[in-house]
Amino acid sequence: MPSVMLKKNAEGKLVFYVPKKDLEEVAESVEFDSPDKWGGEVLLSDGSKYYFEPLDEQPDFPVTLRAKRLD
Amino acid sequence: MAALTKEETEALIQEVLEVYPEQARKDRAKHLAVNDQSLEKSNKCITSNRKSQPGVMTIRGCAYAGSKGVVWGPVKDMIHISHGPVGCGQYSRAGRRNYYVGTTGVNTFGTMNFTSDFTEKDIVFGGDKKLAKIMTEIEELFPLNKGISIQSECPIGLIGDDIEAVAKKANKEIGKPVVPVRCEGFRGVSQSLGHHIANDAIRDWVLENRDGDDSFATTPYDVAVIGDYNIGGDAWASRTLLEEMGLRVVAQWSGDGTIAEMEKTPKVKLNLIHCYRSMNYIARHMEEKYKIPWIEYNFFGPTKIAESLRKIAALFDETIQAGAEKVIAKYQAEYDAVIAKYKPRLQGKRVMLYVGGLRPRHVIGAYEDLGMEVVGTGYEFAHNDDYDRTIKEMGNATLIYDDVTGYEFEEFVKKVKPDLIGSGIKEKYIFQKMGIPFRQMHSWDYSGPYHGYDGFAIFARDMDMTLNNPCWKQVKAPWKTAESSDVAVAASA
Repeated sequence: MPSVMLKKNAEGKLVFYVPKKDLEEVAESVEFDSPDKWGGEVLLSDGSKYYFEPLDEQPDFPVTLRAKRLD
Repeated sequence: MAALTKEETEALIQEVLEVYPEQARKDRAKHLAVNDQSLEKSNKCITSNRKSQPGVMTIRGCAYAGSKGVVWGPVKDMIHISHGPVGCGQYSRAGRRNYYVGTTGVNTFGTMNFTSDFTEKDIVFGGDKKLAKIMTEIEELFPLNKGISIQSECPIGLIGDDIEAVAKKANKEIGKPVVPVRCEGFRGVSQSLGHHIANDAIRDWVLENRDGDDSFATTPYDVAVIGDYNIGGDAWASRTLLEEMGLRVVAQWSGDGTIAEMEKTPKVKLNLIHCYRSMNYIARHMEEKYKIPWIEYNFFGPTKIAESLRKIAALFDETIQAGAEKVIAKYQAEYDAVIAKYKPRLQGKRVMLYVGGLRPRHVIGAYEDLGMEVVGTGYEFAHNDDYDRTIKEMGNATLIYDDVTGYEFEEFVKKVKPDLIGSGIKEKYIFQKMGIPFRQMHSWDYSGPYHGYDGFAIFARDMDMTLNNPCWKQVKAPWKTAESSDVAVAASA
């Protein structure tokens, strides 16, 4: 369950940063990405997948959230 | 010597690794790589931020060095207690040349050493009482200090002293910030974790001190310079450029910086990060908590300076953008003259670097402006994200080495035969005795500043006077003379 810092980059894409792992990747896709639901499976550009508990609204980026690693 | 091809560089790495036992060879192989600009991610070619192998000569420091020496030490109006035995503070005292303005011992304390001087008694009975007493004494002797930080040395963590409790109590008594920092030297694999711990201490004990206090008048052009330690005056040379383009520098972290500046930083509009490795943590925190964006910039060499000034200006309005162009134009004659003078003397020379946080990639541009080529670079304590940023800066088929050992570095130099080496004091005399020009790139070899346009002129002069010094041809390594080889044969018998 790593803590992940999420922010939007200049192109508006989601950047995924795990401080302990020095992992800084752009998210390719987010399962739920609408104004009233956000979260689910997130696929990173290096091929790894993480899972966020879906939220009822868009979080205010940048934000730190807990994620679960899916393999 | 002509540039090595990719195959030759790979063969060189294999050759150097050959002497290691199998286990060590396998481990070290992961830390040495041939640069390939087509790679997006460094983790495909290099491993970093791992524990050094026992038995090799590493050049790394410890977490205390990262916190006291790098992040906290330059905060000039605070007193930093090296809490533990006397040596850690005394041997690192004033070694980093973080310049500052002030009267040392009265209102600034940068080059002084404060220590709790642990003895056997303190290890056995604990040092908390002593620490409390020290802080009362400091308050009496140096009433103009603006705060105290407690920089733990190894024994504090080992004996389990509660420095946080002492700090809270002292904070109430003296009414100034008292920051306990858990940067015991044994933590982590290098000074890098010390930077992180120091950043976390700033986050927890300093940054929110002025939350909800709006008495500080802000402007839309407020910025903070983060991760510039003012080595030889670097931060001053950077600050003038930013101010000339119309920005207001509210805080300098932490070279020539003060605790008040740090407390005001959450009020700025943009954080400018020079040393990404040591201060990105706090920038990311401020981005999340205060929604302050941050960008990295590079003030080494005119090409990179112009690039950075424009990048910074792009985040502001047109007056700042015009200001940036004005600054670049203003200094153009100056840096063109520097290049015209030194480029013919330095053209085509090859450089190998091995430094710390940002310089292995940041200074490449400055060397290239002088027509020089960086053929090998490496970091003591970088993480993968630093190498991600390095791959693009370095040429193809150049060497990259992480946490290089004394042996590997010497062998690489023997084979690659660079014209100049830039590294630290521990490497300096070996290479000078080998007859290779050498510059210390940690302390600028007692010169500086090297940042900004003013710094570039000094940088070019220093590189020229080192490289083209006639003494190098006269030097022969003492272990290469006829007598010493006889001695070596005798010793091996």
